[in-house]
Amino acid sequence: MLTNRKFYLSGLVVSLFLAGVISFYASSSPDGLEKVANDIGFIQTAKEHSNSKGTLADYGVKGIQNERASVGVAGVIGVVGTAIVAGLGFRLLARKPKKDRN
Amino acid sequence: MHIPDGFIDVQTSAIFAGLAAAGVATALKGARTQLDEKTAPLAGLTAVFIFAVQMLNFPVAAGTSGHLLGGALAAVLVGPWAATLALAVVLIMQGFLFADGGLTAIGLNVFNMGVIGVWAGYGIFLVLRKILPKNKSSISLAAAIGGLLSVPAAAVGFTIQYAMGATATFSVSTVLGAMVGTHILIGIGEAFITGLTVSAVLASRSDLVYGWKNNVQKLEIRSAH
Repeated sequence: MLTNRKFYLSGLVVSLFLAGVISFYASSSPDGLEKVANDIGFIQTAKEHSNSKGTLADYGVKGIQNERASVGVAGVIGVVGTAIVAGLGFRLLARKPKKDRN
Repeated sequence: MHIPDGFIDVQTSAIFAGLAAAGVATALKGARTQLDEKTAPLAGLTAVFIFAVQMLNFPVAAGTSGHLLGGALAAVLVGPWAATLALAVVLIMQGFLFADGGLTAIGLNVFNMGVIGVWAGYGIFLVLRKILPKNKSSISLAAAIGGLLSVPAAAVGFTIQYAMGATATFSVSTVLGAMVGTHILIGIGEAFITGLTVSAVLASRSDLVYGWKNNVQKLEIRSAH
């Protein structure tokens, strides 16, 4: 049994490592849906993403030329952002109404 | 599996945005009663971990890759209600920040991965948990198989959306066959990641795992600490 602190810290470190370092080695082949759309022929019906020029579009940071750093920093931003949104959200959701004080 | 804008027409996308919103609203209600201050942090960590692992596309067949969807994994770790919410957070972050998954397609994607993926995976997990011996390895195995089948289930979800409102005119059965076939292969990767992750969390903090504790809690006497 790990303590809370150790458990959540290791979970966060593993996530940061996967998104920040290992993501560079991910396969860049089309994913299942893209491949199917390509093979069958409906890939042309896809529209460009309305945010395709965004700072973090396609998991890269605009302005960082080095590909390894670009995807790594994007991954770290995603992990931290998700941690803030989901961490706070679930905490608020789980808060039980207090019976007056004490 | 992230549907871009354009594949599915606006009307069908709107219908599924409504269904996804209803699914999220129900999940908010369910998670409120299910989560407590002890388990809420694991729900947050689950969302974070799914975001990270979804970046790791693995090769499946010639020129095709796949990545974890995470619905079954999340459902076993934190329960199906919180799982839908965790997936919704991940998909919204991906759509808005990383241009992954179209913004008009968010409802389609939340429905396929956050509702179908979660409940298909969790349903299969529950059935297997009943059949298998009551131990931790069974929980990991049941989660893995739930994960395996949740991916083609989500692919069927896409096919239904395609049948209802594709902007292209290729036959639905062709799409169904290709989607399910490809996504069974991706499901094998899903099974490995789901099984390994569940067994790692069971080994370190089984007291937090929803799919384990609500099975054995009543049978087990724990020392209080």
